[in-house]
Amino acid sequence: MEFFLQQIMTGLSIGSILLLIALGLAIIYGSMGVINMAHGEFVMLGAYGAWAMNAFFGVGLLPSLIVVFLGVGALGWLVERGVIRFLYRRTLDTILATWGLGVMLQQMIRLSAGGELRYVEMPSVLTGTVGILGVDVPGYRVFIFVFVAALFAVTWYLMFRTTFGTKLRAVVQDRSVASCFGIDADKVYSLTFAYGAGLAGLAGALVAPLKSVSPEMGTTYVVDAFFVVVLGGVQSLFGTVASALMLGELTGGLAYLWNDTIAKALVLLAIIVLIRFRPQGLFVSRIRS
Amino acid sequence: MKRRDFLIGAAATGAFTAAPHIWRKDTSLARASNGEIKVGVLFSLTGTTGIIEESLNKATLLAIEEINDAGGINGMKIVPVVEDPASDPATFAVKARKLVVGDKCVSVFGSYTSASRKAVLPVFEKRDNLYWYPTLYEGRECSKNVIYTGAVPNQQQDEFIPWLVEKFGKKFYLIGSNYIYPKEENNYCKKLLEELGAEVVNEEYVPLGHSEFSSVINKIQSTQPNVIFSTVVGDSVVALHRQYRAAGLDPDKMPMASLTTSENEVAAMGGDAAAGHFTSAPYFMVHQSPENERFVEAYKSRWGGDKVTHFVSEPSYFQIYLFKQAVEQLAASDIDPTTIREAVKGQELIAPQGKVHLEAENLHTWLWPKIAMAKSDGQFEVLRDSKEWLKPEPYAAYPNQHCTADGLVQS
Repeated sequence: MEFFLQQIMTGLSIGSILLLIALGLAIIYGSMGVINMAHGEFVMLGAYGAWAMNAFFGVGLLPSLIVVFLGVGALGWLVERGVIRFLYRRTLDTILATWGLGVMLQQMIRLSAGGELRYVEMPSVLTGTVGILGVDVPGYRVFIFVFVAALFAVTWYLMFRTTFGTKLRAVVQDRSVASCFGIDADKVYSLTFAYGAGLAGLAGALVAPLKSVSPEMGTTYVVDAFFVVVLGGVQSLFGTVASALMLGELTGGLAYLWNDTIAKALVLLAIIVLIRFRPQGLFVSRIRS
Repeated sequence: MKRRDFLIGAAATGAFTAAPHIWRKDTSLARASNGEIKVGVLFSLTGTTGIIEESLNKATLLAIEEINDAGGINGMKIVPVVEDPASDPATFAVKARKLVVGDKCVSVFGSYTSASRKAVLPVFEKRDNLYWYPTLYEGRECSKNVIYTGAVPNQQQDEFIPWLVEKFGKKFYLIGSNYIYPKEENNYCKKLLEELGAEVVNEEYVPLGHSEFSSVINKIQSTQPNVIFSTVVGDSVVALHRQYRAAGLDPDKMPMASLTTSENEVAAMGGDAAAGHFTSAPYFMVHQSPENERFVEAYKSRWGGDKVTHFVSEPSYFQIYLFKQAVEQLAASDIDPTTIREAVKGQELIAPQGKVHLEAENLHTWLWPKIAMAKSDGQFEVLRDSKEWLKPEPYAAYPNQHCTADGLVQS
C-alpha cells in the first residue's frame, strides 16, 4: 500500500512539473492559436534568470520568481509586438519565426552566460522531506505541486472570471466582431502572450533546482509541453491539467515497472493512438460556431 | 593485342608515370620538413560537448607550447593544426580526413566521445595514421592506429568495486545512460561483483539527456542497495544528484559510485549535491605530486585562475609528451605515423598522476587508479592511491578475447 501511495505521489509530482511547463503554452497555443516553438527557450530563460539573480545579486529562488515572471513576460510582450502580430493566421510562418527566435535565444545565452551546465540552489526551507500519509516526499516537489495548483487557479480565474478573460475569449471567437464592440484586440493578444511567456519563465525557474540548467534545456520541455496541450484538447484548461497528471502517472508507473527508456516510448505510443481516435484531444471546450 | 589488354596496360603505365611518388621514397615529401612537425588537434569547441572538449584542446595546446618553448623536438617545432568538429561525429570524420590527407599531419590528438572516435577510426586505419585518444572509455577496441591514454574499465574498477563492497556492502544498484559506455562498464562491474559474491539488485538505463529521476529514486528506496553504481553522463548526472539530495537520501549509507563524475560535473551540480559521493579515476586535480603542481599551475596561468584540470585533460596533456619522447627517437627523415607508433611502444614518463607506461601489446596506457570522495567545496579528497600501476586490459570483461600487437585474438 505504501509503495502504491509512493508511486501515486511520484506521478503527481511528474505531472505537476509537466503542467507547470505546459500551462504557458496552453494559454498561447490554446487561446491564441500561436504555435510557439520558442516556448522551451522561455522556460530556459526563466531558469537562467533564477541562476543569474542568485549568482550576481545573491537573491534566493523565491524572491527571484517575481523578477523572472515580469522579465520573461516583458520579453514575451516584445516578441508579440515585434514578430508574432504580423503572423496571425499564418501558422507555418509562425512556426518558422518562433523556431528561429528560439535558436537565437539559445545562442545569445550561450554567448553571454557560457555553455557550462549551471544549477540553482534550492531554498533551504524546502530541502527536507515531508511525510504525507506515511510516505516521505521531497519538500521541494510538494512545493512545486502546491505552486502549480495556485498558478492554475489564478489562470483559470483570469480567463473565466475577469473582464480581461471575457475580452480574450471574445477576441478568440471572432476578432472583428469583438473589435466592433470596442475591445482592443491587439492589446488583449499581446498581454495574453506576455502572460503565457511569464508562466513559461516561472516554470524554468522552478524546475531549475531539480534539473540542470543549460542553453539547450528548452528543447525537451517544448516537446513535453506540446504533448500535454494537444492530448488535453487545445482549448481546454482543465484538459491540460487532466492530461498532465495522466501523463505523469503513466510515465512514473511505467518507469517503475520497466525503465525510463521504455516508459518514454510507451507514453509516446499511447499519445499517438489516442490522437488517432480522438484528434481533438481528451476534452473539448464547447464553443458555439 | 586485345583492346582490353591495351587499356589495362595503358592505365598501369599512366599510373607509374603520373604518380611516381607512391613508388619511391621522396625526401621532399617527408612529413617533418622545414624543421616543423605538423600535428592535428581535433576537439570540439562548439556544440553539446564543446565545453568539456575545449578543456582538452587547452591542455593539448599547453603541452605543445611548453615543448616548443623548451626547444621543440630535436630542434623541430610542433605545429598544431586546430580544427573544430562541432560535437558532430560526421564532421569529426571530415576534419580528420582534412588533417591526415590535406595537412599531412603525422598524428592527430582528439575526441572525447566514443561515437566521435568510432567515426574517425576508418580514416586513420585506411591511411595508417595515428590518433591519440585521451578519454577514459569502455574498452573493447583494438586498433593499431589509436594510442589510448585514458583508462579502460579494469583500471577504474579493479580496485574500486572490492573497496566499495568492503566498505558499504554487497547490494549494488546499476544505473547508467542508455548507450555503449555504461553498458560495457556495467558488464565488467557485474563480472567483478559475481566474483566477490555481491548482488545486483537492479540494472537500468535512462535515455541520454533524461532529467526526471523520481521513478529511479523510488526504485532505489524500495530496493535499498548499499551502493548506487552510476554511469549516468552529461546533464542527467546533475539532475540525478540534485534529485537524490532533494529526496533526502544519505550518501553515508547509500553513496553513488561513479566513473565519470569529475571536477567539471561537480561544478555543474554544486558541491553540496556532490559531497560524499565517490569517483574512481587515475587523476584528480588535488593529487599531490610535484608534476601535478606544475601542471595545475601552468594550466591556470595559461588559461585562467578559475579553470580546473580533470581526468581527461591530464591525459590530453601528458600524451603530447609521450609523442615528443617517441619522435625524439627518430631521424627527421623517418618521421611518419608508423615509425612514431613503433617508437612510442614502451615509452614511460612521469605524468601528473604518476609514472605512466605505454603498453606495446595493445597501445593502451598503464595508469594509477585512485579513489576519491567529492567535497562540498567542489574538489575531491583522494582516499586511496593505488600501490601499483595497473595494466590496461581493454577486453577485461571478455576473458576469451585479447588485444595484441597483431590485432584481436580469440582464444
